[in-house]
Amino acid sequence: MRLDVSDLACQRSGRPVLEGVSFTLDGGEALGLRGPNGSGKSTLLRVLAGLLPRSRGAVTLDGIPLGRDHDAYAERIAYAGHLDAIKPQLTVAENLAFWGALFGSPDIAPALAAFDLGAIAARPAHACSAGQKRRLGLARLALAPNRPLWLLDEPTVSLDGPACALLFSAIRAHCARGGAAIIATHVPLDVGSARDLTLAPVVAASPGTAGHHDPFLEGLAP
Amino acid sequence: MKTASAVLGRELRLALRSGGGAGLGLSFFLIVVLLVPFGTGPDPERLRAIAPGTLWLAALLACQLSLDRLFQTDYEDGTLDILSLSPLPLEGLVALKALAHWLTTGLPLVIVAPVLAITLNLPGDAFAWLMASLALGTPGLSFLGAIGGAVTVGLRRGGLLLSVLVLPLYIPTLIFGARAVASAAEGTDPMPALTLLAGLTLFILALAPFAAAAALRINLR
Repeated sequence: MRLDVSDLACQRSGRPVLEGVSFTLDGGEALGLRGPNGSGKSTLLRVLAGLLPRSRGAVTLDGIPLGRDHDAYAERIAYAGHLDAIKPQLTVAENLAFWGALFGSPDIAPALAAFDLGAIAARPAHACSAGQKRRLGLARLALAPNRPLWLLDEPTVSLDGPACALLFSAIRAHCARGGAAIIATHVPLDVGSARDLTLAPVVAASPGTAGHHDPFLEGLAP
Repeated sequence: MKTASAVLGRELRLALRSGGGAGLGLSFFLIVVLLVPFGTGPDPERLRAIAPGTLWLAALLACQLSLDRLFQTDYEDGTLDILSLSPLPLEGLVALKALAHWLTTGLPLVIVAPVLAITLNLPGDAFAWLMASLALGTPGLSFLGAIGGAVTVGLRRGGLLLSVLVLPLYIPTLIFGARAVASAAEGTDPMPALTLLAGLTLFILALAPFAAAAALRINLR
Protein backbone atom coordinates (compact mmCIF):
# COMPACT_ATOMS: atom_id res chain seq x y z
CA MET A 1 0.00 0.00 0.00
CA ARG A 2 1.34 3.41 -0.95
CA LEU A 3 -0.32 6.80 -0.90
CA ASP A 4 1.13 9.74 -2.81
CA VAL A 5 -0.24 13.21 -2.24
CA SER A 6 1.31 16.09 -4.12
CA ASP A 7 0.53 19.79 -4.01
CA LEU A 8 -3.04 19.20 -2.87
CA ALA A 9 -5.33 22.21 -2.56
CA CYS A 10 -8.96 22.45 -1.64
CA GLN A 11 -11.47 25.26 -1.37
CA ARG A 12 -14.71 25.30 0.53
CA SER A 13 -17.30 27.94 -0.31
CA GLY A 14 -14.64 29.75 -2.31
CA ARG A 15 -12.29 29.99 0.69
CA PRO A 16 -8.96 28.15 0.44
CA VAL A 17 -8.73 25.55 3.21
CA LEU A 18 -5.76 23.49 2.04
CA GLU A 19 -2.75 24.69 0.06
CA GLY A 20 0.22 22.74 -1.24
CA VAL A 21 -0.14 19.62 0.91
CA SER A 22 2.35 16.95 -0.15
CA PHE A 23 3.34 13.72 1.57
CA THR A 24 3.70 10.02 0.96
CA LEU A 25 2.60 7.17 3.16
CA ASP A 26 3.69 3.53 2.91
CA GLY A 27 2.13 0.38 4.27
CA GLY A 28 2.82 -0.10 7.96
CA GLU A 29 2.96 3.62 8.67
CA ALA A 30 0.68 5.76 10.80
CA LEU A 31 0.51 9.48 10.16
CA GLY A 32 -0.72 11.86 12.83
CA LEU A 33 -2.46 14.84 11.30
CA ARG A 34 -2.06 17.87 13.51
CA GLY A 35 -2.82 21.53 13.48
CA PRO A 36 -5.10 24.03 15.18
CA ASN A 37 -8.88 24.07 14.68
CA GLY A 38 -9.73 25.17 11.18
CA SER A 39 -6.40 24.16 9.67
CA GLY A 40 -8.06 21.71 7.27
CA LYS A 41 -7.49 18.32 8.92
CA SER A 42 -11.05 17.10 8.35
CA THR A 43 -11.08 18.59 4.88
CA LEU A 44 -7.85 16.77 3.98
CA LEU A 45 -9.30 13.45 5.18
CA ARG A 46 -12.54 13.99 3.25
CA VAL A 47 -10.63 14.90 0.10
CA LEU A 48 -8.49 11.77 0.48
CA ALA A 49 -11.66 9.70 0.95
CA GLY A 50 -13.07 11.15 -2.26
CA LEU A 51 -15.91 12.83 -0.36
CA LEU A 52 -14.85 16.36 -1.27
CA PRO A 53 -13.50 17.61 -4.60
CA ARG A 54 -9.97 19.02 -4.64
CA SER A 55 -9.16 22.19 -6.51
CA ARG A 56 -5.58 21.24 -7.41
CA GLY A 57 -3.01 18.53 -6.93
CA ALA A 58 -2.88 14.76 -7.32
CA VAL A 59 -3.62 11.84 -5.03
CA THR A 60 -2.57 8.31 -5.97
CA LEU A 61 -3.37 5.24 -3.90
CA ASP A 62 -1.59 2.07 -5.00
CA GLY A 63 -1.18 3.59 -8.44
CA ILE A 64 -4.88 4.48 -8.72
CA PRO A 65 -5.41 8.20 -9.14
CA LEU A 66 -8.21 9.75 -7.12
CA GLY A 67 -11.14 10.63 -9.34
CA ARG A 68 -10.34 8.14 -12.13
CA ASP A 69 -11.77 4.81 -10.99
CA HIS A 70 -13.98 5.60 -7.99
CA ASP A 71 -14.79 1.98 -7.11
CA ALA A 72 -11.21 0.71 -7.18
CA TYR A 73 -10.08 3.72 -5.14
CA ALA A 74 -12.94 3.64 -2.65
CA GLU A 75 -12.55 -0.07 -1.89
CA ARG A 76 -9.11 0.66 -0.40
CA ILE A 77 -10.42 3.29 2.02
CA ALA A 78 -11.99 2.95 5.43
CA TYR A 79 -13.21 6.32 6.71
CA ALA A 80 -14.36 7.20 10.20
CA GLY A 81 -15.47 10.81 10.44
CA HIS A 82 -16.97 13.05 13.10
CA LEU A 83 -20.33 11.39 12.57
CA ASP A 84 -20.61 7.79 13.69
CA ALA A 85 -23.15 6.68 11.02
CA ILE A 86 -25.19 4.84 13.64
CA LYS A 87 -28.93 4.28 13.53
CA PRO A 88 -30.34 4.92 17.02
CA GLN A 89 -33.33 2.60 16.49
CA LEU A 90 -31.10 -0.43 15.82
CA THR A 91 -29.13 -2.34 18.42
CA VAL A 92 -25.35 -2.26 18.51
CA ALA A 93 -25.18 -5.72 16.92
CA GLU A 94 -27.74 -4.81 14.21
CA ASN A 95 -25.81 -1.68 13.31
CA LEU A 96 -22.61 -3.67 12.93
CA ALA A 97 -24.30 -6.58 11.12
CA PHE A 98 -25.56 -4.18 8.45
CA TRP A 99 -22.11 -2.77 7.76
CA GLY A 100 -20.66 -6.28 7.95
CA ALA A 101 -23.04 -7.48 5.24
CA LEU A 102 -22.20 -4.45 3.14
CA PHE A 103 -18.43 -4.78 3.49
CA GLY A 104 -18.46 -8.57 3.01
CA SER A 105 -17.61 -9.69 6.55
CA PRO A 106 -20.81 -11.18 7.99
CA ASP A 107 -19.07 -12.28 11.19
CA ILE A 108 -19.20 -9.30 13.53
CA ALA A 109 -17.76 -11.07 16.59
CA PRO A 110 -14.16 -9.89 15.97
CA ALA A 111 -15.32 -6.29 15.56
CA LEU A 112 -17.38 -6.49 18.77
CA ALA A 113 -14.38 -7.91 20.61
CA ALA A 114 -11.88 -5.41 19.17
CA PHE A 115 -13.78 -2.46 20.66
CA ASP A 116 -15.17 -4.23 23.74
CA LEU A 117 -18.79 -4.00 22.61
CA GLY A 118 -19.79 -7.58 23.48
CA ALA A 119 -21.52 -6.61 26.73
CA ILE A 120 -23.74 -3.99 25.04
CA ALA A 121 -24.35 -5.85 21.74
CA ALA A 122 -28.10 -6.13 22.35
CA ARG A 123 -28.54 -2.54 23.52
CA PRO A 124 -30.37 -0.09 21.22
CA ALA A 125 -27.85 2.46 19.98
CA HIS A 126 -29.95 5.38 21.26
CA ALA A 127 -29.33 4.09 24.78
CA CYS A 128 -25.54 4.13 24.31
CA SER A 129 -23.29 6.83 25.71
CA ALA A 130 -21.27 9.07 23.42
CA GLY A 131 -18.14 7.01 24.01
CA GLN A 132 -19.96 3.75 23.32
CA LYS A 133 -21.36 5.19 20.08
CA ARG A 134 -17.88 6.26 19.06
CA ARG A 135 -16.57 2.75 19.75
CA LEU A 136 -19.43 1.35 17.66
CA GLY A 137 -18.55 3.71 14.82
CA LEU A 138 -14.88 2.72 15.01
CA ALA A 139 -15.74 -0.99 15.15
CA ARG A 140 -16.78 -0.61 11.50
CA LEU A 141 -13.06 -0.38 10.68
CA ALA A 142 -12.64 -3.97 11.86
CA LEU A 143 -15.36 -5.09 9.42
CA ALA A 144 -13.33 -4.05 6.39
CA PRO A 145 -10.04 -5.87 7.02
CA ASN A 146 -8.81 -5.67 3.44
CA ARG A 147 -9.14 -1.90 3.11
CA PRO A 148 -5.53 -0.78 3.57
CA LEU A 149 -5.92 2.95 4.20
CA TRP A 150 -7.70 4.09 7.36
CA LEU A 151 -8.73 7.75 7.52
CA LEU A 152 -9.69 8.65 11.08
CA ASP A 153 -11.04 12.07 12.00
CA GLU A 154 -10.45 12.75 15.70
CA PRO A 155 -11.23 9.14 16.63
CA THR A 156 -10.40 9.59 20.31
CA VAL A 157 -13.15 12.15 20.96
CA SER A 158 -15.34 10.96 23.89
CA LEU A 159 -13.26 7.80 24.34
CA ASP A 160 -11.97 6.96 27.84
CA GLY A 161 -8.45 5.69 28.54
CA PRO A 162 -9.09 1.96 28.03
CA ALA A 163 -11.09 2.64 24.85
CA CYS A 164 -8.23 4.78 23.48
CA ALA A 165 -5.90 1.88 24.20
CA LEU A 166 -8.22 -0.43 22.22
CA LEU A 167 -8.21 2.02 19.32
CA PHE A 168 -4.42 2.35 19.35
CA SER A 169 -3.95 -1.40 19.46
CA ALA A 170 -6.36 -1.76 16.52
CA ILE A 171 -4.30 0.80 14.58
CA ARG A 172 -1.04 -0.98 15.52
CA ALA A 173 -2.49 -4.33 14.37
CA HIS A 174 -3.68 -2.73 11.13
CA CYS A 175 -0.22 -1.27 10.44
CA ALA A 176 1.41 -4.61 11.32
CA ARG A 177 -0.75 -6.23 8.61
CA GLY A 178 0.70 -3.76 6.08
CA GLY A 179 -2.06 -1.19 6.27
CA ALA A 180 -1.65 2.51 6.92
CA ALA A 181 -3.61 5.08 8.87
CA ILE A 182 -3.95 8.85 8.82
CA ILE A 183 -5.27 10.11 12.12
CA ALA A 184 -6.38 13.70 12.67
CA THR A 185 -6.02 14.24 16.40
CA HIS A 186 -4.99 16.57 19.21
CA VAL A 187 -3.79 13.82 21.57
CA PRO A 188 -0.47 11.92 21.58
CA LEU A 189 -0.72 8.77 19.47
CA ASP A 190 0.46 5.55 21.07
CA VAL A 191 0.75 3.62 17.82
CA GLY A 192 4.48 2.84 17.61
CA SER A 193 6.33 4.94 15.07
CA ALA A 194 3.80 7.58 14.07
CA ARG A 195 5.00 10.43 11.93
CA ASP A 196 3.34 13.81 12.27
CA LEU A 197 2.10 16.12 9.56
CA THR A 198 1.23 19.56 10.85
CA LEU A 199 -1.18 21.69 8.86
CA ALA A 200 -1.22 25.44 9.27
CA PRO A 201 -4.35 27.46 8.57
CA VAL A 202 -4.25 28.81 5.03
CA VAL A 203 -3.94 32.58 5.18
CA ALA A 204 -6.14 33.98 2.46
CA ALA A 205 -4.61 36.68 0.32
CA SER A 206 -5.76 40.21 1.12
CA PRO A 207 -9.53 40.56 0.71
CA GLY A 208 -9.15 42.61 -2.45
CA THR A 209 -7.31 39.88 -4.35
CA ALA A 210 -9.33 36.96 -3.02
CA GLY A 211 -12.09 37.85 -5.43
CA HIS A 212 -14.51 38.75 -2.66
CA HIS A 213 -16.02 42.12 -3.41
CA ASP A 214 -18.75 43.71 -1.43
CA PRO A 215 -19.80 46.81 -3.34
CA PHE A 216 -22.12 47.81 -0.51
CA LEU A 217 -19.32 47.89 2.07
CA GLU A 218 -16.93 49.54 -0.39
CA GLY A 219 -19.51 52.24 -0.98
CA LEU A 220 -19.70 52.84 2.76
CA ALA A 221 -15.92 53.18 3.12
CA PRO A 222 -14.75 56.76 3.46
CA MET B 1 -27.56 -9.98 -3.45
CA LYS B 2 -26.56 -10.25 0.19
CA THR B 3 -25.82 -6.53 0.18
CA ALA B 4 -29.21 -5.78 -1.35
CA SER B 5 -31.09 -7.80 1.25
CA ALA B 6 -29.04 -6.18 4.04
CA VAL B 7 -29.97 -2.68 2.84
CA LEU B 8 -33.61 -3.58 2.25
CA GLY B 9 -33.87 -5.33 5.62
CA ARG B 10 -32.37 -2.36 7.39
CA GLU B 11 -34.65 0.14 5.64
CA LEU B 12 -37.75 -1.89 6.53
CA ARG B 13 -36.62 -2.34 10.12
CA LEU B 14 -35.94 1.39 10.49
CA ALA B 15 -39.32 2.29 8.99
CA LEU B 16 -41.26 -0.15 11.14
CA ARG B 17 -39.54 0.62 14.46
CA SER B 18 -40.74 3.49 16.59
CA GLY B 19 -40.32 6.87 14.96
CA GLY B 20 -39.81 5.36 11.53
CA GLY B 21 -43.01 6.84 10.21
CA ALA B 22 -44.34 3.80 8.33
CA GLY B 23 -47.88 4.30 9.66
CA LEU B 24 -47.85 8.01 8.95
CA GLY B 25 -48.77 7.83 5.26
CA LEU B 26 -51.53 5.34 5.94
CA SER B 27 -53.12 7.44 8.71
CA PHE B 28 -52.91 10.53 6.52
CA PHE B 29 -54.62 8.67 3.67
CA LEU B 30 -57.42 7.53 5.99
CA ILE B 31 -58.02 10.98 7.46
CA VAL B 32 -57.97 12.88 4.16
CA VAL B 33 -60.43 10.49 2.50
CA LEU B 34 -62.72 10.49 5.53
CA LEU B 35 -62.71 14.31 5.60
CA VAL B 36 -63.85 14.69 2.01
CA PRO B 37 -67.58 13.93 2.60
CA PHE B 38 -67.60 16.62 5.31
CA GLY B 39 -66.48 19.14 2.71
CA THR B 40 -68.60 18.04 -0.23
CA GLY B 41 -71.71 16.93 1.62
CA PRO B 42 -72.92 13.33 1.95
CA ASP B 43 -74.82 13.11 -1.35
CA PRO B 44 -73.98 9.55 -2.60
CA GLU B 45 -74.11 10.50 -6.28
CA ARG B 46 -71.68 13.35 -5.85
CA LEU B 47 -69.34 11.18 -3.76
CA ARG B 48 -69.44 8.47 -6.41
CA ALA B 49 -68.41 11.00 -9.06
CA ILE B 50 -65.41 12.31 -7.12
CA ALA B 51 -64.33 8.98 -5.55
CA PRO B 52 -61.63 7.96 -8.10
CA GLY B 53 -59.96 11.36 -8.12
CA THR B 54 -60.19 11.77 -4.34
CA LEU B 55 -58.72 8.35 -3.58
CA TRP B 56 -55.87 8.86 -5.99
CA LEU B 57 -55.13 12.39 -4.85
CA ALA B 58 -55.10 11.33 -1.20
CA ALA B 59 -52.81 8.38 -2.01
CA LEU B 60 -50.47 10.71 -3.88
CA LEU B 61 -50.22 13.15 -0.96
CA ALA B 62 -49.78 10.31 1.53
CA CYS B 63 -46.92 8.87 -0.56
CA GLN B 64 -44.88 12.05 -0.49
CA LEU B 65 -45.28 12.72 3.26
CA SER B 66 -42.27 10.73 4.44
CA LEU B 67 -40.05 11.34 1.41
CA ASP B 68 -37.97 14.05 3.07
CA ARG B 69 -36.56 11.45 5.48
CA LEU B 70 -35.58 9.08 2.66
CA PHE B 71 -31.98 10.31 2.39
CA GLN B 72 -31.95 13.10 4.97
CA THR B 73 -31.33 10.96 8.07
CA ASP B 74 -28.56 9.04 6.32
CA TYR B 75 -27.02 12.32 5.25
CA GLU B 76 -27.18 13.85 8.71
CA ASP B 77 -25.70 10.92 10.64
CA GLY B 78 -22.84 10.28 8.20
CA THR B 79 -24.26 7.04 6.83
CA LEU B 80 -24.27 8.34 3.25
CA ASP B 81 -20.52 9.08 3.47
CA ILE B 82 -19.77 5.50 4.42
CA LEU B 83 -22.28 4.11 1.91
CA SER B 84 -20.61 6.06 -0.89
CA LEU B 85 -17.34 4.25 -0.03
CA SER B 86 -19.06 0.86 0.07
CA PRO B 87 -19.23 -1.62 -2.82
CA LEU B 88 -22.95 -0.88 -3.28
CA PRO B 89 -23.51 1.50 -6.22
CA LEU B 90 -25.55 4.61 -5.34
CA GLU B 91 -28.06 3.68 -8.05
CA GLY B 92 -28.68 0.38 -6.26
CA LEU B 93 -28.99 2.17 -2.93
CA VAL B 94 -31.59 4.55 -4.38
CA ALA B 95 -33.60 1.69 -5.88
CA LEU B 96 -33.56 -0.28 -2.63
CA LYS B 97 -34.54 2.70 -0.51
CA ALA B 98 -37.37 3.60 -2.90
CA LEU B 99 -38.54 -0.02 -2.86
CA ALA B 100 -38.53 -0.04 0.94
CA HIS B 101 -40.44 3.25 0.90
CA TRP B 102 -43.07 1.71 -1.35
CA LEU B 103 -43.36 -1.45 0.78
CA THR B 104 -43.95 0.60 3.93
CA THR B 105 -45.99 3.48 2.43
CA GLY B 106 -47.51 2.58 -0.95
CA LEU B 107 -48.42 -1.05 -0.35
CA PRO B 108 -50.53 -0.38 2.81
CA LEU B 109 -52.50 2.23 0.80
CA VAL B 110 -53.27 -0.37 -1.88
CA ILE B 111 -54.60 -2.71 0.79
CA VAL B 112 -56.87 -0.26 2.65
CA ALA B 113 -58.10 1.61 -0.45
CA PRO B 114 -61.21 -0.61 -1.01
CA VAL B 115 -62.38 0.06 2.56
CA LEU B 116 -62.20 3.79 1.96
CA ALA B 117 -63.79 3.37 -1.46
CA ILE B 118 -66.92 2.14 0.32
CA THR B 119 -67.14 5.40 2.27
CA LEU B 120 -67.03 7.33 -1.02
CA ASN B 121 -69.69 5.13 -2.65
CA LEU B 122 -67.38 3.82 -5.39
CA PRO B 123 -69.22 1.06 -7.35
CA GLY B 124 -68.16 -2.44 -6.30
CA ASP B 125 -67.03 -3.34 -9.83
CA ALA B 126 -64.32 -0.71 -9.62
CA PHE B 127 -62.69 -1.97 -6.38
CA ALA B 128 -60.36 -4.41 -8.12
CA TRP B 129 -59.37 -1.74 -10.64
CA LEU B 130 -58.72 0.73 -7.83
CA MET B 131 -56.34 -1.72 -6.18
CA ALA B 132 -54.71 -2.60 -9.50
CA SER B 133 -54.18 1.04 -10.46
CA LEU B 134 -52.74 1.93 -7.04
CA ALA B 135 -50.51 -1.17 -7.07
CA LEU B 136 -49.19 -0.21 -10.51
CA GLY B 137 -48.93 3.53 -9.87
CA THR B 138 -47.63 3.98 -6.34
CA PRO B 139 -44.19 2.37 -6.98
CA GLY B 140 -43.63 5.14 -9.52
CA LEU B 141 -44.54 7.71 -6.84
CA SER B 142 -41.90 6.32 -4.45
CA PHE B 143 -39.22 6.26 -7.16
CA LEU B 144 -40.04 9.79 -8.41
CA GLY B 145 -39.99 10.87 -4.78
CA ALA B 146 -36.49 9.46 -4.44
CA ILE B 147 -35.33 11.98 -7.06
CA GLY B 148 -36.85 14.79 -5.01
CA GLY B 149 -35.34 13.41 -1.81
CA ALA B 150 -31.91 13.22 -3.43
CA VAL B 151 -32.11 16.75 -4.85
CA THR B 152 -33.09 18.29 -1.50
CA VAL B 153 -30.85 16.12 0.69
CA GLY B 154 -28.52 18.77 2.10
CA LEU B 155 -31.19 21.38 2.69
CA ARG B 156 -32.60 22.26 6.06
CA ARG B 157 -36.40 22.25 5.94
CA GLY B 158 -36.17 20.66 2.50
CA GLY B 159 -39.50 18.88 3.00
CA LEU B 160 -41.68 21.67 1.65
CA LEU B 161 -39.40 22.29 -1.31
CA LEU B 162 -39.49 18.57 -1.99
CA SER B 163 -43.30 18.60 -2.20
CA VAL B 164 -43.20 21.54 -4.59
CA LEU B 165 -40.64 19.72 -6.75
CA VAL B 166 -42.22 16.28 -6.68
CA LEU B 167 -45.97 16.89 -6.87
CA PRO B 168 -45.89 18.26 -10.46
CA LEU B 169 -43.95 15.13 -11.49
CA TYR B 170 -46.83 13.06 -10.11
CA ILE B 171 -49.36 14.53 -12.59
CA PRO B 172 -49.13 11.83 -15.32
CA THR B 173 -49.44 9.04 -12.74
CA LEU B 174 -52.44 10.80 -11.18
CA ILE B 175 -54.16 11.27 -14.55
CA PHE B 176 -53.83 7.67 -15.70
CA GLY B 177 -54.43 6.14 -12.26
CA ALA B 178 -57.60 8.12 -11.59
CA ARG B 179 -58.75 7.62 -15.20
CA ALA B 180 -58.48 3.84 -14.89
CA VAL B 181 -60.64 3.82 -11.74
CA ALA B 182 -63.14 6.31 -13.19
CA SER B 183 -63.49 4.24 -16.37
CA ALA B 184 -64.20 1.14 -14.32
CA ALA B 185 -66.75 3.05 -12.21
CA GLU B 186 -68.49 4.36 -15.35
CA GLY B 187 -68.57 0.90 -16.88
CA THR B 188 -66.13 1.67 -19.72
CA ASP B 189 -62.89 -0.19 -20.43
CA PRO B 190 -60.21 0.75 -17.85
CA MET B 191 -57.45 -1.18 -19.62
CA PRO B 192 -56.10 1.64 -21.85
CA ALA B 193 -55.48 3.93 -18.89
CA LEU B 194 -54.12 1.09 -16.78
CA THR B 195 -51.69 -0.01 -19.51
CA LEU B 196 -50.43 3.53 -19.91
CA LEU B 197 -50.05 3.77 -16.13
CA ALA B 198 -48.01 0.55 -16.05
CA GLY B 199 -45.80 1.79 -18.88
CA LEU B 200 -45.29 5.10 -17.11
CA THR B 201 -44.29 3.37 -13.87
CA LEU B 202 -41.81 1.12 -15.71
CA PHE B 203 -40.28 4.21 -17.32
CA ILE B 204 -39.94 5.90 -13.91
CA LEU B 205 -38.48 2.74 -12.30
CA ALA B 206 -35.84 2.54 -15.01
CA LEU B 207 -34.89 6.20 -14.92
CA ALA B 208 -35.28 7.41 -11.34
CA PRO B 209 -32.36 5.50 -9.71
CA PHE B 210 -29.89 7.08 -12.12
CA ALA B 211 -31.34 10.58 -11.76
CA ALA B 212 -31.45 10.34 -7.96
CA ALA B 213 -27.93 8.88 -7.73
CA ALA B 214 -26.59 11.71 -9.88
CA ALA B 215 -28.28 14.25 -7.58
CA LEU B 216 -26.87 12.50 -4.50
CA ARG B 217 -23.34 12.57 -5.94
CA ILE B 218 -23.59 16.32 -6.42
CA ASN B 219 -25.05 16.89 -2.95
CA LEU B 220 -22.48 14.72 -1.20
CA ARG B 221 -19.66 17.01 -2.29
